[in-house]
Amino acid sequence: MTDTSSIMIKKRSYGGLTTGTVAPWVICTAILLVLPYVFQSNSALTIMNQMAITIVFALAYNMLLGQGGMLSFGHAVYMGMGGFMCMHVMNWVEYQNIPLPLPLLPVVGGLFGMGMATIIGSFSTRTAGTVFAMISLGIGELIAASSVIVVAFFGGEEGVSGDRTYGLPVFGYEFLTKIEVYYLTAGWLVLSALLMYLFSRTPVGRMANAVRDNPERAQFLGYSARWVRFYSFCASGFFAGVAGGLFAINFEILTEENLNLVTSGSILLITFLGGVGFFFGPIIGAIVFTLLQSVLSLQTELWQLYVGALFVLTVMYFPGGLAGVIMMHVAPYKLGKLNTLVMPYVKTLIPAAIGILGLASFCEIMFHFKHAAVGEHDMSLFGIEFSTHSPIPWVVIIGVTVLGFWLAKRNSAELRETWANANVMTVPKEGGAQ
Amino acid sequence: MELVLVILIDGLVYGLLLFMLSSGLTLIFSMMGVLNFAHASFYMLGAYFAYQISRYMGFWPGLILAPIIVGLAGAAIERFGLRKVHQYGHVPELIFTFGLALLIEEIVQFFWGKNQVPYDAPDVLQFALFSIGTNEIQAYKVFMIAISVLIFLCLLYVLTKTRVGMIIQAALSYPRTVEALGHNVPFIFMGVFGVGTALAGLAGVIAGPQLGTFPGMAFLLGSIVFVTIVIGGLGSLWGALVASLLIGWMTTFAASYNVAMADILMAFGFEMPEDMSEHALRDLWTLTLPQIGPILPYLLMVVILVFRPYGLFGKRDA
Repeated sequence: MTDTSSIMIKKRSYGGLTTGTVAPWVICTAILLVLPYVFQSNSALTIMNQMAITIVFALAYNMLLGQGGMLSFGHAVYMGMGGFMCMHVMNWVEYQNIPLPLPLLPVVGGLFGMGMATIIGSFSTRTAGTVFAMISLGIGELIAASSVIVVAFFGGEEGVSGDRTYGLPVFGYEFLTKIEVYYLTAGWLVLSALLMYLFSRTPVGRMANAVRDNPERAQFLGYSARWVRFYSFCASGFFAGVAGGLFAINFEILTEENLNLVTSGSILLITFLGGVGFFFGPIIGAIVFTLLQSVLSLQTELWQLYVGALFVLTVMYFPGGLAGVIMMHVAPYKLGKLNTLVMPYVKTLIPAAIGILGLASFCEIMFHFKHAAVGEHDMSLFGIEFSTHSPIPWVVIIGVTVLGFWLAKRNSAELRETWANANVMTVPKEGGAQ
Repeated sequence: MELVLVILIDGLVYGLLLFMLSSGLTLIFSMMGVLNFAHASFYMLGAYFAYQISRYMGFWPGLILAPIIVGLAGAAIERFGLRKVHQYGHVPELIFTFGLALLIEEIVQFFWGKNQVPYDAPDVLQFALFSIGTNEIQAYKVFMIAISVLIFLCLLYVLTKTRVGMIIQAALSYPRTVEALGHNVPFIFMGVFGVGTALAGLAGVIAGPQLGTFPGMAFLLGSIVFVTIVIGGLGSLWGALVASLLIGWMTTFAASYNVAMADILMAFGFEMPEDMSEHALRDLWTLTLPQIGPILPYLLMVVILVFRPYGLFGKRDA
């Protein structure tokens, strides 16, 4: 694992631009351009905008957590402050006729976020670890609480709202429709993702990794761990502010909710779910989480329970997140053994999925049983109507769940064996396996 | 003067409640080096378990049983969850407890719903014990103070005077050596985690009737508990006590005394602006002490972390 990654790094630093490094960006940009033609409905556009903003924010957050090793519990502050500032600028543009085109507004948010990060980072980045986490928590709570007090800037309980369309038209676009906003957001997404990727390749970005892994050694090399952390922190604040600006453009309102601990916590959840070890991890996390949030929340009241369980299980069993799981398959792929894994996967994961669905149904039926209005006994799951007060659905669901998990457990031994084999280079028998 | 006395008692109740939470948290931190974000969730679990028990058996069995159940749950989580995550490092541990806090809140909502449950103080303690001026002091408040003080004395005795306490203290500083002497250090860790969460559970049992038993109660107190142990110095029991009382009194006083910023500014010779609605500093003029009361602990924590990162009584960097 370490061998392959160091070889990859060498290739990059010597080779400059190669197809391998450019292709993912071109493909992703193309996908972003085509997406609105595939999903044309208004709600899909809303979800995609939300997703793009979350991706920018999660990537900015991962500059701290994944690349700098700093766990922040108050990163919503920088996004929120950037957003609030953008909202005010948007209103000034409207009232004072300032010639600031709307597409440049996220820069304002970014700069303001970076300004905030410069002030707070000047004392909070002195150490990483628990002190940093606690200061970030304290600042987060402080700002969230003062948002109700400082009404002039934060607008109190109702927040600050504006209208994006009053600015100057840019090449004839007034950003009246969702689709125009989508392309604006997508453009900023690509730009900021690219910049953040390039930042991670600069000496500062590289040193951030070094400081994360071993601050003492980095200091012996002559680098100040504190300054390296500070630079990462400011850069992260900038992109969080950009995300805030995009939020302001998209939703045209910012409230206390954008600053509080819940938002800070969910971005941690998203980033960790996606995987902090890889650059594209937070992107996956943001996509999956936004989909879960928007699709699952329509289906069930219990979606937060499922997301919470997913999060805890991810931390326990896959600390690399979804990106880590994907990257685990690189070694079998390079050895040409990915195809051997398909059958064991099917055999284990389908029963496991059935078991999980069964368990979720059990939770749903129990929740309905406990909390539905008095006398309301009927509910429907997966399109089947039944009464929660008859024993049959309970027996069926428990049976299916147990069966699913039992099958998955029975087949998981085979999967484990195949997995072990798939990660070992096949050698002639007389040479010995190791 | 009467008001001051009443506030002192109220602040004492709140401060000692904070102490019951923060003492367990600070012990757990000094053992494992990890801040348990879910600590306040165990406090909430304590309240809900006690409520459930009190519906069948009354308040008093709940007072004994609920903390024990919470402690066992805590020990199980340490054994099967936290110990597994421990190998990945401190940051995943912190994130694990954070996820746990979210999950416990959802689980509580799953079983008991989103609304406040009717968990009340026992009838025996629902009378005014004495009154200061016109303010009646409920017997339940005195009961809360008594329980908290009792717990503190027990904890102090166990930690400083008994053999178990000696082993725990040794395991705090030199876990390897203690292990080499033949003590089961992982078991001690599990035990401390269990006792710490049981204390949080007990705090929940006695605070539930007073502060309300609802799914947001953990979130409401969770970050304040952190602030407490950070101010007091991570790992220091005395620091936790002092910081808890400090925060308890500070927030209670701030909530009760209506000091307005406008008066202070005018005392310094500033003139009050005529038209408040468009004035740039209008929020400064309308600021009052009860408004900023809830954020005072955070302000104090940030200041302390900046100037004295090891807290008031701490010996090492957080």
